[in-house]
Amino acid sequence: MLVVQAPLQRFTFTGEAKAMGEQAPFTIEQFYKNMLEGKLLGGKCKKCGKVHLPPRPLCSNCFSKKFEWTELPQKGKLLTYTVIHVAPPQFQGMAPYAVGIVQLENGVNIPGMIRGVALEQIRIGMPLTLDFGTCTTTQPWPQWPRYYFKPM
Amino acid sequence: MKGKPLVSIVSAGLSKFGKLEGLYAREIFAEAAKEAFDRCPNLNPKNDIQAMFVGHMGEAYEHQGHTGATMADWAGLLHIPATRTEAACASSGAALRAGIYAVLSGLCDVVMVGGIEKMTHRTTPEVTEYLAMASDYPFEQWHGITFPGLFALMATAHMHKYGTTEQHLAMVSVKNHYHGSLNPKAHMQKEITLETALSSRVIAWPLKLYDCSLITDGASCLILTRPELAKRYTDMPVHIVGSGQASDTIGMYEREGFTSLVSAKIAANKAYEMADLKPEDVNVAEVHDCFTIAEIIAYEDLGFCKPGEGSGLVEKSETKLGGGIPVNTSGGLKSKGHPVGATGTAQAYEMYLQLTGQAEKRQVGNAEVGLTHNVGGSGATATIHIYRRG
Repeated sequence: MLVVQAPLQRFTFTGEAKAMGEQAPFTIEQFYKNMLEGKLLGGKCKKCGKVHLPPRPLCSNCFSKKFEWTELPQKGKLLTYTVIHVAPPQFQGMAPYAVGIVQLENGVNIPGMIRGVALEQIRIGMPLTLDFGTCTTTQPWPQWPRYYFKPM
Repeated sequence: MKGKPLVSIVSAGLSKFGKLEGLYAREIFAEAAKEAFDRCPNLNPKNDIQAMFVGHMGEAYEHQGHTGATMADWAGLLHIPATRTEAACASSGAALRAGIYAVLSGLCDVVMVGGIEKMTHRTTPEVTEYLAMASDYPFEQWHGITFPGLFALMATAHMHKYGTTEQHLAMVSVKNHYHGSLNPKAHMQKEITLETALSSRVIAWPLKLYDCSLITDGASCLILTRPELAKRYTDMPVHIVGSGQASDTIGMYEREGFTSLVSAKIAANKAYEMADLKPEDVNVAEVHDCFTIAEIIAYEDLGFCKPGEGSGLVEKSETKLGGGIPVNTSGGLKSKGHPVGATGTAQAYEMYLQLTGQAEKRQVGNAEVGLTHNVGGSGATATIHIYRRG
């Protein structure tokens, strides 16, 4: 059972956080672990330049396997949203809550919860900024930090 | 191949849809298979059927995987090659497609395709969790985005871009419940009012309870053969003249827009091209109304109207029985019910009835060409088939 606390101060890993940089694997798990350092990083293909969020092990554009981490803007605008009233058991305590899809300033899309704003004041097109949180779960995997969106 | 039948449907079966207490999936599938066998006295199932493809989404419901062999066994078709296909809610659309591959390859003369899901014995949170497995885990499920939530994201975007309203969504629900009231196999055979739909509780705004399809038990199947063999089995075959299937990103957020399903448009274009038909040639359609907004988007993706004009079609009753292009005469997923693995071939079953003049109170007059639109997840899979009266 997943327990979501908001905000959480502590994060528990099952493994060691690897240092960012070329050595860190271009994986979804590493993408989330990078957030421990307050960074939103995508995987940039060294061959064709496509920025992947989340990072992928194989470029879906040119099939290259060579990537570098690239810092993504943490600001963007809301493309669409919904307010979830009936949630999965692990999220029901937070309902009703808003989730949306945000287009970052570089054009990359990312979904997430929207907090720190009255639900009825959420509007398509509103500027939002990223916020980092953590969570603990009793599941063996995944053990990932979380991110949210909030008004600027 | 253009405009020519790919395969022919010579029989079809559908179990009762609903809360089928005390029945196991295999027992429900046997009911659908029995109807298909009874409709086709010239078919000798044990001798003639050479392979089976059966759509099934979730083994978690009954703690039972290995669905291909299980359903073949309980349909009395022991020892034929039997394979499960899984593409979320498009699992049996994919089974139908697999059956077409098998017949067109020349490996099989006669195949059974179908689908099954037994859901209602599970609690709603359990079903919600199992259905969510059709969406992206690390970025959608992990952030609390539910399955209705994904379609709500599309609805909000569609409302913002085109002025579609919550009333328009409710109109889809009212229409499909009316159609379902005419279908003796539908899960909910009752009409509802616009007020009932609009005042129902919010699930994922702007979607309310009556915008959501039903958690249902049910099974469906078809018997397919090569067109030149169809007359051996029936005087009233239905030919499949177009088939398209396409995929898209598993994460909905990675797509360019949220007011259309690219997979459905690609699959529809392939099917229309194969059939040498246009959207205006279609007389009757079953579309994947897992949520009401999905039906409005389907009208647009299938070319029944221009992008943004889907709400106008339902508002003018164009897609109601008696309208220019009746859609979801069976009641759709909304009223007939949505046993996810069974839905794709259940839509084809409705086309079989419509194009052979057996749809009784919901018969579309002179229906010659039909279309089915079956979507998996938030659109990472779409299968479209076009049918012509034989």
